[in-house]
Amino acid sequence: MTSPAIAVTELTKRFGSRTVVDRVSITVQPGEIVGFLGPNGSGKTTTIRMMCGLLTPDAGSGRVLGHDILRNQSAIKREVGYMTQRFSFYEDLTIAENLSFVAGVYGLPADAVSETLEDLGLTSRRAQLAGSLSGGWKQRLALAACIMHRPKLLMLDEPTAGVDPKARREFWDEIHARAATGLTVLVSTHYMDEAERCHRINYISYGKLISQGTVAEVIAAAGLVTVILRGGRTAEAQERLTGQPGVDQVAHWGSDLHVIGRDGPALRRAATAVAIATGARVIEAETSLEDVFIQLMGASTDNMP
Amino acid sequence: MTNFLSLRRLLTIIRKEAVQMRRDRITFAMMLGVPLMQLLLFGFAINNDPKGLPAALVAPAQDRYSRALVSALELTGYYRFTHPQVTAAEGERLIATGQVSFVVTVPSDFGRKVMRGEHPQILIEADATDPAVASGAIGTLGTVAAQALLRESGTEAEAEASAAQKLDVVVHRRYNPEGITQYNIVPGLLGVILQMTMVMMTAMALTREIERGTMENLLSMPVTPIEVMLGKVLPFFVVGAVQVMVVLTAAKTIFGVPFVGSLWLLMLGVLVFVMALVVLGYVFSTLARTQMQAMQLTFFYFLPSILLSGFMFPFRGMPTWAQWIGETLPLTHFLRLIRGVMLKGATLADIAQPLLTLTGFAVFFSLLALSRFRQTLD
Repeated sequence: MTSPAIAVTELTKRFGSRTVVDRVSITVQPGEIVGFLGPNGSGKTTTIRMMCGLLTPDAGSGRVLGHDILRNQSAIKREVGYMTQRFSFYEDLTIAENLSFVAGVYGLPADAVSETLEDLGLTSRRAQLAGSLSGGWKQRLALAACIMHRPKLLMLDEPTAGVDPKARREFWDEIHARAATGLTVLVSTHYMDEAERCHRINYISYGKLISQGTVAEVIAAAGLVTVILRGGRTAEAQERLTGQPGVDQVAHWGSDLHVIGRDGPALRRAATAVAIATGARVIEAETSLEDVFIQLMGASTDNMP
Repeated sequence: MTNFLSLRRLLTIIRKEAVQMRRDRITFAMMLGVPLMQLLLFGFAINNDPKGLPAALVAPAQDRYSRALVSALELTGYYRFTHPQVTAAEGERLIATGQVSFVVTVPSDFGRKVMRGEHPQILIEADATDPAVASGAIGTLGTVAAQALLRESGTEAEAEASAAQKLDVVVHRRYNPEGITQYNIVPGLLGVILQMTMVMMTAMALTREIERGTMENLLSMPVTPIEVMLGKVLPFFVVGAVQVMVVLTAAKTIFGVPFVGSLWLLMLGVLVFVMALVVLGYVFSTLARTQMQAMQLTFFYFLPSILLSGFMFPFRGMPTWAQWIGETLPLTHFLRLIRGVMLKGATLADIAQPLLTLTGFAVFFSLLALSRFRQTLD
């Protein structure tokens, strides 16, 4: 199968006069883990809903798993696993009851439930009400339920919000294991470490797709220079640096000060001058994905009317 | 077929709804407790005295005496002759179907008997399934009729005057000879109770999913609108069956309401009525966005249906505009049906009209609900 798992072009969605998603085009190859990033309210969820047949785009077109997103939403629903941002299984049903509901709806064989319980290590908790589970277990249940029917494409909307680091790690291991068997995954997040676990990322802000590619490509495309001021009076240095020509971001990292900007020479001039004044050393550093996102976020806010 | 309605998916939804229903203990208790409580409260509390009730006149000889009687009866305010000239058979049909509350029969030899000073008789048949209808109207009869004849006598004088005094008004309280209010109220209560629980519970069906955030998940799965609708309303047929048993048992043991008709016929009527109700509730849940709104819609519907359906006040005693509103309420038709079957021993042919109307409601509401249901979150 060489055709892309997701190929949508110019997706647009308006709620009233507000354009929530503005001409977003995304292509995802089979077997890829693709990150979908952006600040809160940037249109990630709306875009995902349009791609899994839950919302009808106002403009644009595309195919998901070869099915037209405008005309064949029911076929998409059968073959896609969608994990909602908010836990949306039945809290007044037990784990096993929730899973057998899903099994029944997708027409899965009777032993699918016990297999899934076994697979995810949920067997001992099968009779527990879903509402009484902790965040990590709820997430496991939701994941179990949405991969139960063996979808070819998984769409996860901020799956790890409110989940502890260990559970997050396990979750990502699970996702990578599934991707290795050919499952395509689109996952939205605003955790940078999670974005770095993806093969490719798409950054969306205020409904517009701003950057896409591998992590390295996105960082390179931003064209940012980062220097670190180490030692000296960092608080004073921050104050002096803020607003200087060439300096776009100044951020504390422990006792270090990260200074980031698009104009390399101007940035280094300002940083060196302040370093001398505050008694700090200037160290060249690599720009992180987070720095890029903060930069992109600031830039797109400026574009807003 | 599997694209629109899969039995497996339908059963899956039904099972899920049943488990959720059982887990919600307070609601579950309410569904069983409310019928009993209402039955006892309303059953013992309600009584009334209506006027302007429709009547039919069977008077083969349309002479001045019968006309005098008719106008005198109308003057009491209790009677309104909507069918002034019918045959005995038509009169029988009118009262059986509930279109009139009284049939007044003036025999063809009435005028002759008046002139000869013999014992003239008139027959008043009252539909006493609602005793309130009958009691006031019947109470005034004797004197009214006698005075009517006295005024009419004029020249023929003596003979007629004595005839007036000898006038014999024969009253038949049909279907409920003792005029017991509970006979009317209790079967009606079955309708009210069913309506209350069925509409309210199903009105929550979709709004609950939306409020709990589970709707997004449900919609992302391959379920069809008709499966969701049936899956959500069918479990309530079981609840309805339990309520029917509770009310009918109480009707028999506590209030001693007679059951002269066919139980199967009544069950058929209840089935169609419940179908119309649960789908109506489901329509509400497609209109409302929150459970609170669903509740408000339900109550907005309850009030007119209790007041204008003929449950509280005799249907035929209401002004015409109110009767028109009443006709649009499923409860109105169910009341005709259940009172017909339980108290009058109506046959399938007798209740065909309300039965068909209720079926029409069920079909109409289903189509409305399905057209309102969105498979996306748009």
